[in-house]
Amino acid sequence: MLNCNEVTQLFSESQERKLTLKETMDLKLHTLMCTGCRNFGKHMQALRIFARSYAQGEGAAKHLPLGSESDQSKPE
Amino acid sequence: MNSTTEITSASLGDPVFLQDLRQQMMRFATLQLSDAHLAEDAVQEALIGALKSANRFGGRAALKTWVFAILKNKIADVLRRRQRLHEVDLVLHSDEEGEDFRGLFDARGFWRADERPAAWGDPYQAVHSAQFWRVFESCLDHLPNQQARVFMMREFIELETPEICEAVGITVSNLNVMLHRARLRLRECLENNWFAAGETPC
Repeated sequence: MLNCNEVTQLFSESQERKLTLKETMDLKLHTLMCTGCRNFGKHMQALRIFARSYAQGEGAAKHLPLGSESDQSKPE
Repeated sequence: MNSTTEITSASLGDPVFLQDLRQQMMRFATLQLSDAHLAEDAVQEALIGALKSANRFGGRAALKTWVFAILKNKIADVLRRRQRLHEVDLVLHSDEEGEDFRGLFDARGFWRADERPAAWGDPYQAVHSAQFWRVFESCLDHLPNQQARVFMMREFIELETPEICEAVGITVSNLNVMLHRARLRLRECLENNWFAAGETPC
């Protein structure tokens, strides 16, 4: 059986390629029994959504009211 | 500086908004291209391109989305043209990135009890929070440079594996390892500083 480290690798690679049938089965079997890896899988999907939103121009500056001074990287 | 003034007076006329936007774009482009001048050029071109048609945009959010779309294309062009320039760079930095994640997993490769990923509730609420995006940016900033670059090439610019491997001069398995590490790190950083901040994991 795969360990958690291997399972997180597969979750990561599944963002780049389609997993083989065997890999998918191994992943399913492991996550049935492992809450940590089940959460990790969901977090990978969330991470992708966050990254895509960020690349659409989301980010701290967009959500700040106009003229706000809370952007700490701004010089005085 | 001159060109910034030109752009400001050209249309939007709000220096604060433009400066914020420009800063965010520069951060994005610099991390991708690891070259301040190339980044500056890409940002400038994207801004000028977008501001030419600025009056067609209903709001700032739409303008910003448009500007970043142009910027992503400019960066993708530069990255695709550049081949293997960073091979040396990568070797030099391999120590920095070569560390394993023994801290997260035990000797058999299972999560250590205090590192086990927790439930995040509804993570998508976070995108509406300025504070969340500050945490996100700071977590990105803490990734080792090469990891941040390939992660952004993959997730922001949406390049595919062969394109990234060619641009950076690494093998597919190198890339998979780097992306895995970047994701482990980012996930942990977001959990510690946002999703589970103030809670103790069980």
